Amino acid sequence: MTGIQPLVLWTDLLLFGLLACALLAGWSVRRSEPMRAAWRRVGESRVGMTSLTVLMVFLLVGLMDSLHYRERLAPAGGEQLAADDRRQLSTEVRSALDAMAAPLRTRVEKTYSAPLAYQLFARQTVEGPDGSQKREFPRLKHGGADLKYPEQELDGDIVGRIGMGLAVAAVAWMVFAAVLVKVVAMSRRVPAGAAWRAIWRGKGGPAWRAVLATLGVMLLLIGPLAALATEYHVFGTDKVGQDVLFLTLKSIRTALVIGTLTTLVTLPLAVALGIMAGYLGGWVDDLIQYIYTVLNSIPGVLLIAAAVLMMQVVIDTHPEWFETAAERADARLLALCLILGMTSWTGLCRLLRGETLKLRELEYVQAARAFGVSTTRILARHVLPNLMHLVLIALVMDFSGLVLAEAVLSYVGIGVDPGTVSFGTMINAARMELAREPMVWWSLVAAFIFMFVLVLAANLFADVVRDAFDPRAS
Amino acid sequence: MFAYIVRRLLYAPLILIGVNLLTFALFFVVNTPDDMARMQLGAKRVTPEAIERWKVERGYDKPLLFNAGAEGTDTLTRTIFFEKSLRMFVFDFGRADDGRDIASEIQSRMGPSLAIALPTFVLGLLVTVSFALLLVFFRASYLDFAGVVLCVAMMSISGLFYIIGGQWLVSKIWHLVPISGYGGGLDASRFLVLPVVIGVIAGIGGSARWYRTIFLEEAGKDYVRTARAKGLSELQALFRHVLKNAMIPILTGVVVVIPSLFMGSLITESFFGIPGLGSYTIDAINAQDFPVVRAMVFIGSLLYIVGLILTDLSYTLVDPRVRLE
Repeated sequence: MTGIQPLVLWTDLLLFGLLACALLAGWSVRRSEPMRAAWRRVGESRVGMTSLTVLMVFLLVGLMDSLHYRERLAPAGGEQLAADDRRQLSTEVRSALDAMAAPLRTRVEKTYSAPLAYQLFARQTVEGPDGSQKREFPRLKHGGADLKYPEQELDGDIVGRIGMGLAVAAVAWMVFAAVLVKVVAMSRRVPAGAAWRAIWRGKGGPAWRAVLATLGVMLLLIGPLAALATEYHVFGTDKVGQDVLFLTLKSIRTALVIGTLTTLVTLPLAVALGIMAGYLGGWVDDLIQYIYTVLNSIPGVLLIAAAVLMMQVVIDTHPEWFETAAERADARLLALCLILGMTSWTGLCRLLRGETLKLRELEYVQAARAFGVSTTRILARHVLPNLMHLVLIALVMDFSGLVLAEAVLSYVGIGVDPGTVSFGTMINAARMELAREPMVWWSLVAAFIFMFVLVLAANLFADVVRDAFDPRAS
Repeated sequence: MFAYIVRRLLYAPLILIGVNLLTFALFFVVNTPDDMARMQLGAKRVTPEAIERWKVERGYDKPLLFNAGAEGTDTLTRTIFFEKSLRMFVFDFGRADDGRDIASEIQSRMGPSLAIALPTFVLGLLVTVSFALLLVFFRASYLDFAGVVLCVAMMSISGLFYIIGGQWLVSKIWHLVPISGYGGGLDASRFLVLPVVIGVIAGIGGSARWYRTIFLEEAGKDYVRTARAKGLSELQALFRHVLKNAMIPILTGVVVVIPSLFMGSLITESFFGIPGLGSYTIDAINAQDFPVVRAMVFIGSLLYIVGLILTDLSYTLVDPRVRLE
């Protein structure tokens, strides 16, 4: 019996939970006019929509990579196992992205090969059919394997594939544009032609033209990339022959998890303590201030280093907690998020405390108090909703910094599990190869470019969100 | 003001005690010395005798907080908490796992750390403030817009890229300076140029944009308009009025890091092979040398607290209106 057994890792759960919360929050703020106005400002911003489109593409890849499962293996020796027997499950945890990009994952070469190469990067001793030995660049097992005379055919084949990719991308873009025009036309109750002209001239409502343009550019890049990836290693292969494009795609999930969950897991703490300190005052305020001053005093990297080292000891001494290596790596990833969050929640906490101090003196809060409304109710009904924009701003502002921090921490050796693919582990592995002559540059460049695009989009989006939601900015 | 400083100075040990308790909990309660011994000795099937020997060698064989087997004050002093944590207050950090004295190691490594961190800090501040002033001078023009775009792009680039790219370009392609290393005396400057320049460039993006916002806010105020109205040129208004008044928010972010310059930079030092405190910390982290990490956490916190007090003091110097109560 073969099949798959879905497996929900902790970070998957939190990531999809965050997505559900975001959708739910989006649904519930429809009635709140200020929130709608703020989101409308985000939608009308060209920069905002452009960066959001890029982020959405990254998010799609990350979410695909968060649907995990384990394959059922045929039982050895013909013995029949019950359907829920866990012994028959493969110890390898796969994701939907792994399944979709299976050709990339499985076509492993011997060692380094340059982007779009058909030969290995280094000379190796090859034994000829007659037993003679010579040093040459061996052909790759997979990259460009279909070419009979690669010297002559390579360029033509690449150009052909690029052309095919571009054509597919153009069709995909047109389909998407048609759907978008149709949706806009239906929501505005105008004919499709009028909707298309409105979008084209950038008039009215969200900046759909920016979305279409961004998507067009991205599809024009993705199309040829995908067409080439079916035959070649577009970004080359790394030391153990893994496809670098596949590694970069896998890194996206790690970056997204660290960027979002870090703020999320410590959010309850920061919100609860910040509000309590600001609203209750007195010794509660003193105590909470003391706690965050202490945490703040320890240099961030050192606190993270100390905590990660300790966590490593805990994980290493309790191997029985985890059934698979992926679950252990996932636990480590989540713990890293918690630890990173421990060093960064203090800023948000202080901000919320200050804002609550202001809010508690406002008339409507005082009126509620005079009416005898309980403290918890005041905090939940009157204070918390008026702080949510700060939480949202913190969530998007922290994202890019955390993605960058992950790379540095993994370099120092206190980042993600070495088995987890991330931009940091990629850079760290590639760093050693810079001294090689000629240089192995591709995995480094691929990791930096993907990270740059992700962080740039996040930075731009964060600015737009802050401008839209911060009442002081406008 | 005097009373305020005294109060701040009294608050500082309180915070240090908090830091101390936190690191103690992290290093000795979350993980018992037995766990650490097992981890350090590597093998899963390590004998209890070996663990015991490891603990005795490093003085981890005592109770955590209270030694019931000892007499008098020894019940409190002959404990891990007293010997490993409290002694840090008198800068007695004990020995690292490799047997070397941590305090003397720190002393000898402070110099190289400072030699790289101080020029980076001073030059970085000069460059970013002038760049931000330049953008404000050309505000609401294409130059300003391009500058802001440049800032956002620069702050989106990983710090590792600046270092790796800089080493590759300057050292490997142009052969201008050695890739890494360190020398004594004037020879050191050869090795310091590149890390300092890279450090300055890597910091421009984020800080310049932030300073620009501060300057812009200040430049829109009434007194600046008055200054222009009375005939001051834009440059004079910027330097004499805007810069001076924007010093306060800049100071908050800047003064607090000055004492921490002693700690050096982890990444830069390890990439450029500079024997400072940053690379010392990284080596300790990689070798899982817990006494060194504990000592660095303590010193880092101490320096940060000193920075906070200096920040408060500098307020009164820059802005006479600020009265510390």
